[in-house]
Amino acid sequence: MKNKILLISLILFICFCLVVLFKGLNNSNVYIPETTNKIIKEFKSRSLFSDDEISSEKILVNSDYYILNIWASWCGPCRKEHPKLMELSKNPSVKLIGINYRDNLKNAKNFVKKFGNPYSVIFVDTNGIISIELGAYGVPETIIVNKDKKIIKKFIGYLDDKSFKELNSILK
Amino acid sequence: MKILKLFIIIIILITNFTKGNSNESKDNLVNKISKNIRCLICQGQSIYDSQSDFSISMRLVIKKKLEEGLTEKEIYDFLKDKYGQWITYEPEFNKKTFILWIMPILLFIIGGAILFNRLFVKKY
Amino acid sequence: MLANQIGYYSLILGLISSIIIIPISLKNYPQNNETINRKIISLSFFQFFFVLVSFIGLVFSFINSDFGNETVYNNSHTTKPLFYKISGTWGNHEGSLLLWLLVLTFFIFLFLVKSKSQPKKYRILTLLFQQIIIIGFFIFVLKTSNPFNYLFPTPKEGLGLNPILQDPALAIHPPILYLGFVGSSVVFSSSLAAVVQGYISKSWANHIKIWILISWFFLTIGILLGSIWAYYELGWGGFWFWDPVENVSLMPWLSLTALLHCILVLEKKTILTSWTITLSISTFVLSVSGTFLVRSGILNSVHTFANDPERGLFILFFLFFLIFLALIVFFVFHKNGNHETVKINFLSKETSILINNWFMMYFLSVVLIGTLYPIFLEVLTNEKISVGPPFYNKLILPFLVPFLIFMTFVPYLRWIKSEYNKIKIDIILLFILSFIVSFLLFKQFGFESLMISILIPFTFYLFLITAKDLLSKNKKNFSQKVSHFGFSFLVLSILLNSIFSSEIIINLKEGETFSFQGGAIKFHSLEENNGKNYKSIIGNFEIYDDKNQSIKLMPELRIYNQPSIVTSEADIKTTLFYDKFLVMNSVKNNEYFNVRYQLKSFMIWIWISTLILALGGFLSFTKRLYEK
Repeated sequence: MKNKILLISLILFICFCLVVLFKGLNNSNVYIPETTNKIIKEFKSRSLFSDDEISSEKILVNSDYYILNIWASWCGPCRKEHPKLMELSKNPSVKLIGINYRDNLKNAKNFVKKFGNPYSVIFVDTNGIISIELGAYGVPETIIVNKDKKIIKKFIGYLDDKSFKELNSILK
Repeated sequence: MKILKLFIIIIILITNFTKGNSNESKDNLVNKISKNIRCLICQGQSIYDSQSDFSISMRLVIKKKLEEGLTEKEIYDFLKDKYGQWITYEPEFNKKTFILWIMPILLFIIGGAILFNRLFVKKY
Repeated sequence: MLANQIGYYSLILGLISSIIIIPISLKNYPQNNETINRKIISLSFFQFFFVLVSFIGLVFSFINSDFGNETVYNNSHTTKPLFYKISGTWGNHEGSLLLWLLVLTFFIFLFLVKSKSQPKKYRILTLLFQQIIIIGFFIFVLKTSNPFNYLFPTPKEGLGLNPILQDPALAIHPPILYLGFVGSSVVFSSSLAAVVQGYISKSWANHIKIWILISWFFLTIGILLGSIWAYYELGWGGFWFWDPVENVSLMPWLSLTALLHCILVLEKKTILTSWTITLSISTFVLSVSGTFLVRSGILNSVHTFANDPERGLFILFFLFFLIFLALIVFFVFHKNGNHETVKINFLSKETSILINNWFMMYFLSVVLIGTLYPIFLEVLTNEKISVGPPFYNKLILPFLVPFLIFMTFVPYLRWIKSEYNKIKIDIILLFILSFIVSFLLFKQFGFESLMISILIPFTFYLFLITAKDLLSKNKKNFSQKVSHFGFSFLVLSILLNSIFSSEIIINLKEGETFSFQGGAIKFHSLEENNGKNYKSIIGNFEIYDDKNQSIKLMPELRIYNQPSIVTSEADIKTTLFYDKFLVMNSVKNNEYFNVRYQLKSFMIWIWISTLILALGGFLSFTKRLYEK
């Protein structure tokens, strides 16, 4: 009797493990932390095209939505999503803010000269501290912020057609 | 019994001496913290072990936070707030992880009970 | 091309041999003759032979850089040195599984040849259980990971082997580790067969011990090589990271170590039978679980192979099939009644082995739960956590203290039993000595944590005790003394290493010097160099110590051409007491380099002591061969 209880509970336990591991196999390994609904804290840095130090508090005003886009000239996917950002910049209710991540400033300037500048301002983030404090992984990354400076959505990696649609639907 | 007393005295002596010795330099503290932070864009490496852009920036952030006067624990909390539990190698003790912490010790106790039973109680 | 074809068909022939062996064995099983049908042994040999041919076929494809073979294309390159072309054969998923199969078939053949003195039915049953495992792996290889897939048109050049895998220690690490894992499969099959036959007995223990020793020896060496590789190649000066993939090799080791101790009891008295079987089963189940966790990509680790969900699924079901098989056999056939009616004396060898098992199981449960818990939590609550070194240190270190204390008593158990009240003076002297040494060390350097301060004196004490035993004139249980000495030495080296190691991380430009307390680092110049399949930048560094003596260290940055990956090669100068470890990394958009200089104390002793630990197993093994 004692043995039977042991056997049955063992079998149940093993089946449980099997189911969990089976489900675990289908889980994706991509990890996106819960960061929405957080307020963006003030950050300061110099802008790419002028040497003055600017504060995010002065930039994050007078618009319904702000889009923070973290990019670098050395990053291939950034090049790929650039046309979409150019398109976005035509939207008047959105202010597009660039954060230039760990880049060579000369290359960064050439990049926007060559492909166009969608950003209303570009913060220089030479050592990556601003991006980390925003909770970013790397480049590219796109963060949508509402007028209360609350993060409402985050796209890790480059904006493909699907996420671009999603982004546009949020802005409407 | 004499040995036991000697034991205890020595242990107490040693533990008392260790306490005064926590003057770690800032760099060491950065290293220590970064060993416990996962590089999120790598495959299973810590910030300390990795040379990715993410890790290099993260080390700078840790240094900056220390200079701003945050304690080690406050830095972990700051990062967990930004990136979630996944980022630290030391899981918190909360209602979702208590099994993780307690279960091995529980098993140890159960094992000990079985062993005790086998050695002293059960008669063959 | 030809080698590829031969390899593929030979592999199928290997599977067919399995299908033939099973009915012949079943027919032979109930017959009353004493010996096993000779056909079975020859078939088993042919099976091994076919897999060997298949394996050699793959090796040839690698040597000839036959890119018509998908595996070769994905993992090799013409400019790769010959040595790494060969080791590339098992440096990938498909090839490494073929190696598993090779060892599986070899071991069962060896088992059949070497177990002639054992009962026939038991041998046949072992073979049958083993064939179930072998067939499982055959199907796995052929269905999901065929190493002989064609590519057409034939590519001109391969994709190359990840350069961090191009390392001598890693080249032999997988085969050695597999010898350990697969050895445990023989123990698994044999224990199931013995359960069915009611043959769990002293003579079974005596005969299976040799297989346990083999597995244990290779597993220990395999883990050691992996660790050495991590130290030299990953380039950040650690040797154990509590990475999930390392954990999955440690778990079977812990289980097997417990089994190794347990079988010593069973060899003398028919007790602990259920426990021995449980350990035999769990060791192999843990080995296969390891394969599952590593190959399915369910874990996030430095070492994961490229993964494919279909593979994960197959191993998962195969794993649970094996678990259920073992469970059913155990519950249906195992009778607990055939114990000798002995009460275990409290002060006996049996007690000490049970306590050893108790601790081993604890360490195992920590590692197992730490590795699996995040997977379970994610599935059940969708929350992702990491379990890393701090967790393991917190749960393992405190339990190491009683474990070490207990180990110091083991050799004296019998002695305590007879002369309860007399205490040997030299033991006390050693005890006091170890505390004095620890105290002096402590005064001089100061220890980081409380736990280490407590661990140090006991580790010293255990070290002295085991050393004294090793040197004593009584050569009884010599191999055990060697292993125990190796173990205490290992713990001591690891502790001292963690206490005395120091490091400096700085950014340096060519020509700069950085001075620190007790020395200086001078960055002389950069050199360029060309290797066979890489270009490299070599930094010329000079390290000065406090006596102004200097050594030259030349870390490298290698830029491999295929695949194009940059690796940093540390330069390490090893002496008896410390390693000087220097590694440099380029920093984007900057002319300076990130330089990491580490003084790692007693590094070499960690390797040597692990070797001594393994040597004990080897001695015990050779002694048994000699006795036979």
